[in-house]
Amino acid sequence: MLILALYIVMFVLAYISYKFVSGKYLSGLFLQKNIHNYNERKTVTFGDESSVKPNRIASILSIATLFFIWAAFTGSKLVPLHVPGPFTGETSFTYSAQNAKNEIDQATVFVRVGHRDESFKKPDIEIKDELGFAKNDTLKVVAWRSALVRVQKNDEGGKDKAYRVTKVNNQLISESQSVKVKNGVVSITSKGSLSFVPEKGWQMEPIWLPAPENVFSRLIEISQNGYQNISLTENIGWSLLRVLAGFLLGSLVGIPLGYAMGLNSWFRGWFDPIVEFMRPIPPLALIPLIIIWFGIWETGKISLLFLAALWIMTIAARAGVSGVNISKVHAAYSLGASKFQVLIHVIMPNSLPDIFTGARVAMGVCWGTVVAAELVAAEKGAGKMIISASKFQQTDVVIMGIILIGVIGYGIDVLMRMAEKKLVPWKGKS
Amino acid sequence: MHLNNLSMTFDLPDGSSVEALKNVSLDIKKGELISVLGPSGCGKSTLLNILAGFLCPTSGDVKLNDQVVRGPGAERGMVFQQGALFEWMTVRKNIAFGPSMKGVPGAQSDSKVNELLETVGLHGFAEKSVYELSGGMQQRVALARCLANDPDVILMDEPLGALDALTREKMQGLILRLWQETGKTIILITHSVEEALLLGERLLVMAPRPGHIHKEYKLPFADCVRSNSDINLRDIKKRSDFVDKREEILAMIWNMEEDIMGTNI
Repeated sequence: MLILALYIVMFVLAYISYKFVSGKYLSGLFLQKNIHNYNERKTVTFGDESSVKPNRIASILSIATLFFIWAAFTGSKLVPLHVPGPFTGETSFTYSAQNAKNEIDQATVFVRVGHRDESFKKPDIEIKDELGFAKNDTLKVVAWRSALVRVQKNDEGGKDKAYRVTKVNNQLISESQSVKVKNGVVSITSKGSLSFVPEKGWQMEPIWLPAPENVFSRLIEISQNGYQNISLTENIGWSLLRVLAGFLLGSLVGIPLGYAMGLNSWFRGWFDPIVEFMRPIPPLALIPLIIIWFGIWETGKISLLFLAALWIMTIAARAGVSGVNISKVHAAYSLGASKFQVLIHVIMPNSLPDIFTGARVAMGVCWGTVVAAELVAAEKGAGKMIISASKFQQTDVVIMGIILIGVIGYGIDVLMRMAEKKLVPWKGKS
Repeated sequence: MHLNNLSMTFDLPDGSSVEALKNVSLDIKKGELISVLGPSGCGKSTLLNILAGFLCPTSGDVKLNDQVVRGPGAERGMVFQQGALFEWMTVRKNIAFGPSMKGVPGAQSDSKVNELLETVGLHGFAEKSVYELSGGMQQRVALARCLANDPDVILMDEPLGALDALTREKMQGLILRLWQETGKTIILITHSVEEALLLGERLLVMAPRPGHIHKEYKLPFADCVRSNSDINLRDIKKRSDFVDKREEILAMIWNMEEDIMGTNI
């Protein structure tokens, strides 16, 4: 909730300050020069979708904001501002106990709180042999964790049934109640021991969310040394290889099938129910059956990706054939083309833009499916890397993997779009 | 070309049927330019599709050079309203499509393509993509593509229908010039009375329900251009006999539309 509120505040602040800065300075510097631009000449921009272009400054600020919040809530060294972290250092609290003889005595617990990866000791305070049955004690706690003060063991007569702690810092306390003390909270367990939880602050613990620089250094480390003896390129390469194999097989079967369905009513009728039934089934729902039929290794994964790509490519090819302007076909026939020549020279090239659209969708779906399939079972792969890292609570590897998967998925789409521009430049222009 | 008692009946899904054409007979001499005019629904597109061989008539037949037409063929070229060019090919490949389908090597058809580009006024556009051209230029490519195949008859299905008025006038001149230079038989369907009058040596006015040839005119205007290639088309359109004919035909079609609607609009 706090993070969401902060995010909204930063969004509003960024917008207001951008408006302020661009209105005051940029208009004088740039906009006057660019006023020949047609969009700048528009007086009506609200409701005119064509004049809404993504503001790249907003995009950059958006990414910066996400990183800033991430860094601020993980105590990163990359940004100077942080939300309060967990308490570390030394603190103490006192408690009063009552023994079997109904005597009451006070003792102090000295606590030292430190980070998990630093080695630190209990406070080295000399514990005097005081009067009274309750004895002072020392305690060592790791930040974000809790520790028990074993008062029954430490105090004289603590093992007696009647022995109990009555007050903490002069506040009455009984079983499963807690008292707020300086830099933390003390509570009594059902066994009668005291439990101390130091203040956690607002930062995330690294095992929930590591700081950005830790993720980055983990990326460097894994790209050099690999993860669990498998190099990063090997992991990602295997995933890409599976996607490519599944996609190519799916296209190889799907495109001719789509053509047949677009050109022949028997094929259309025969395969229509199959395609329409299989199309809405998410490929992930097929994983259990695929595992039963083909096992969990490469055959299974490639069959799954084949099925994921097949229906998309079939429908794309069918749409490409159905979408041909009948004038083009008529023109080709009256120019003397045979059926086969019409197929090769008119129907196939005419369907390319649709097939490319289908290929872009299919590659995206395949990439998502391969990662999910590797989560289930794999020896190598991007999904395998993050699932095994999650089993060891290596959150930095998990986050690094997720970011890599996202970047690669985006990269695939950009490459497909570039290929589309190069190979079917007439798309959308007829 | 002989059209012998052509009839065409379409069965509708609701069980009724529509007579799109009834007993259309026509003799077309070689080298004639015939324009076909009529209100929408009079069957003129059906007629053209039968001539091209895309449709098979319910009864009657079409003969070209004493051969019965049974399907589309290279001897009957066709020019469509728009969208019939192949966007994935350059202008040159579009024009050379017919010859290359017959197996004529590219090098051999190249000189012919250049010649045709010159004829339709697209010199230097050979290597452009067709989607880069304007609508008028695209129709010039379509005309050249049709001529490259050297057909006996050219069928034009509202070839200028999608063009703006100015481009249209220029293209009318181009069609007349091509007819005059090549001596091809041309059958042209149009919505525009002025265009039909100007281009047609013979003008057929068709009427609906069922589609038939309502009236036939012999017109002198296309011949004027043939005998005097410097004449201005605008001058012809201003001639009093042209204006009279235009008004007469407009009134005729107007009446047909009223009959269809069943009311006086």
